[in-house]
Amino acid sequence: MKKKLIAALLISSMAISTLVGCAGKGKDGTKDPDKEVTKEVTDAPKTEDNKEKEGGSGDTVTQGKVLNIYCWNEEFKSRYTDYFEKAGKLPEGIEVNFVITPNENNAYQNALDQALLNQESAADDDKVDIFLVEADYALKYVDTDYALDVKADVGLTDEDLANQYQYTKDIVTDSNGIQKGTTWQATPGLFAYRRSIAKDVLGTDDPVEVQAALSDWNKFDDVAAKAAEKGYKMLSGYDDAYRTFSNNVSAPWVDGTKIVIDDNLMRWVDQTKAYTDNKYNNKTSLWAPEWSADQGPEGKVFGFFYSTWGINFTLLGNALATPVSEGGKEEVGNGIFGDYAVCQGPESYYWGGTWICAAAGTDNLPLIKEIMKTLTCDAETMKKITEETQDYTNNMKAMDELANSDFQSAFLGGQNHIKLFAEAAPKIDMSNISQYDQGLNESFQGAFKDYFDGTVDKDTALDTFYTSAIEKYPELTR
Amino acid sequence: MKADRNQAVKHKGVSYAKWGYIFLIPFFVTYLIFSFVPLISTFYNSFFENYMSGLKHIGPNFVGFENFKTIFNGDLLKYISNTIIIWLMGFIPQIIFSLLLAVWFTDLRLRLKATGFFKTIIYMPNLIMAAAFSMLFYALFSDRGPINNILMNIGFLKEEFRFMTSVWATRGLISGMNFLMWFGNTTIILMSGIMGIDTSLFESAAIDGANSLKIFTKITIPTIRPILIFVFITSMIGGIQMFDIPQILTNGKGTPNRSTMTLIMFLNNHLFSKNYGLAGALSVILFVVTSILSIAVFATMTKGITKKKGGK
Repeated sequence: MKKKLIAALLISSMAISTLVGCAGKGKDGTKDPDKEVTKEVTDAPKTEDNKEKEGGSGDTVTQGKVLNIYCWNEEFKSRYTDYFEKAGKLPEGIEVNFVITPNENNAYQNALDQALLNQESAADDDKVDIFLVEADYALKYVDTDYALDVKADVGLTDEDLANQYQYTKDIVTDSNGIQKGTTWQATPGLFAYRRSIAKDVLGTDDPVEVQAALSDWNKFDDVAAKAAEKGYKMLSGYDDAYRTFSNNVSAPWVDGTKIVIDDNLMRWVDQTKAYTDNKYNNKTSLWAPEWSADQGPEGKVFGFFYSTWGINFTLLGNALATPVSEGGKEEVGNGIFGDYAVCQGPESYYWGGTWICAAAGTDNLPLIKEIMKTLTCDAETMKKITEETQDYTNNMKAMDELANSDFQSAFLGGQNHIKLFAEAAPKIDMSNISQYDQGLNESFQGAFKDYFDGTVDKDTALDTFYTSAIEKYPELTR
Repeated sequence: MKADRNQAVKHKGVSYAKWGYIFLIPFFVTYLIFSFVPLISTFYNSFFENYMSGLKHIGPNFVGFENFKTIFNGDLLKYISNTIIIWLMGFIPQIIFSLLLAVWFTDLRLRLKATGFFKTIIYMPNLIMAAAFSMLFYALFSDRGPINNILMNIGFLKEEFRFMTSVWATRGLISGMNFLMWFGNTTIILMSGIMGIDTSLFESAAIDGANSLKIFTKITIPTIRPILIFVFITSMIGGIQMFDIPQILTNGKGTPNRSTMTLIMFLNNHLFSKNYGLAGALSVILFVVTSILSIAVFATMTKGITKKKGGK
């Protein structure tokens, strides 16, 4: 019965998707004359670098009619639509096709792997042209021939990239020092704390003074003890501080094929264990409902490590007593809106971000170049994105302008948090990234959760970590 | 009349066997393509080193029994015992409950009312998708979920009990779910077995003065033995293949400390790197284990029956 139902569902979803696919193509087929493509091509040479290799003998650059973009959510799609397509930059006759596979259970990477491995045999219009990656696994793709050099192949210049934050380039630089991706956002992290709790514990809610009290881990621990005395928790869960430690390691996760556990990660283990035993945290996990609840009106947690998107979207959403979807407004009085403020915290780190890569074998290089240039290099577009969406963009010049303006966030009680981001972003050092980061970080956090919970001792947790790590990456050794 | 009979006689000579084979063809074709070929290729794959490192394909290199060695030197025994423990924790209450309910529902003297209604109710959990069921339990028993709330409100607990961090609570939840999902199904299978027993046997036993316990142990159990074997074997194979409930409940990690990691979850872990070699070797081991267990159970449980038949 169950199986039949599932089968019926699968069949109908398959049928629907194929039908929809046909419909889409059919619609375009009617208005898709080759004329328009050629027209595009003739006015394409406005940029000098159209002496593309593939052009060969002729001057004209033929471009594919379909641009396939592989990604895992709607975020890039909306950026692309609002700031590229609506700006009228999409050449006529080219259809942009987003292939969205949600991240869950590695599904996106599996789909992308499959598509890239079939890249050579795929028809021109079915080839991957652009794919997006996250920092944690960026090197998996960047360190292969599947991603194109943004300078030599795509055609961006050093000048174009000059205003991007260095760490955003490091993350997508392969082992030969070639940059193979570019991003429109920078995601420096800060420590977001509750003003009311800070007043109670430290006697002040001024970001400068709070930062002075939290500027290194020893001070941070002292504040945690003070907060605990007053009945507050310093952090919500085990993994809250993880990235501040893992972003500041002294060597990559893997040396050759040997897994190296950095001292800084063991510092995280010891600190988190101490916090758990001293009841400085609430034993939650990232993204768990309990964790989100701790950020809301009922929460008694001093603060959260969050980066750009986390503060204006996730934290803001969680802070409201009546969610926007239920008619609540983003204003002071709804929950603890206005009760948060941000400071740099003990160490600089970043969290999240999406990089755009051009896939080898694409037939749309000029368009890809245009997209990368507009969304990730053009100061004006990027400033506009920040102003309209509060996303922190990857352009030092534009961000510095905003940092020195009277930009204010009502959610943070009138603080100009862009200023703090602009100070934090250049300090991020991501030269120790490896292609194993995602899997190993996950395994490490998972294994030590048992240790924090008191189910196992430290050595057992380490063993579990190695077991799980080698299961994921059979080529690695202890 | 006569003509009819003649025709019937004529037909007796026609062989219907070929139709039997023709109707079996679809099964064998699908079995060959979707079961037999993969089975053989699993055996073949288990002798190769063959996985993806990022986008780089490593292998296939012939490594002999290296994959089997790796698996046996690993935590295989732990996962086997996890699987068996969780399965038994669900199966024992399941078979007891099902037998009891089946006997009550079929008992002529009890004359229970609305058995149809109850049969439907106890079968219901089986209709829910295991994954959804698991999600539901995950929410119910989360650290600050409804169960903890209720227990704290009635004063049973002072501080929330973190179910998912306790080995036995997590295992208990998984086997509890398996029990809830399958006891209705087992009840109905057992009922069909009991209803197949000639009622005159029960009546004569009652006239001879046997009480219900005696009837149960001396008549019901021995006669439904083949059905019991069927239930046992199917449940055991289902137990070895246990996957979706613990996978969803522990988010694929078999927490805490891999104590709820079942064999198939372990197999599934090798998907991360598309490790065909190790996964193949593990599948072969599973295949052998399942076959041995099934044959052993079948042999021990049918021994009595064949003997009796021989004795008569």
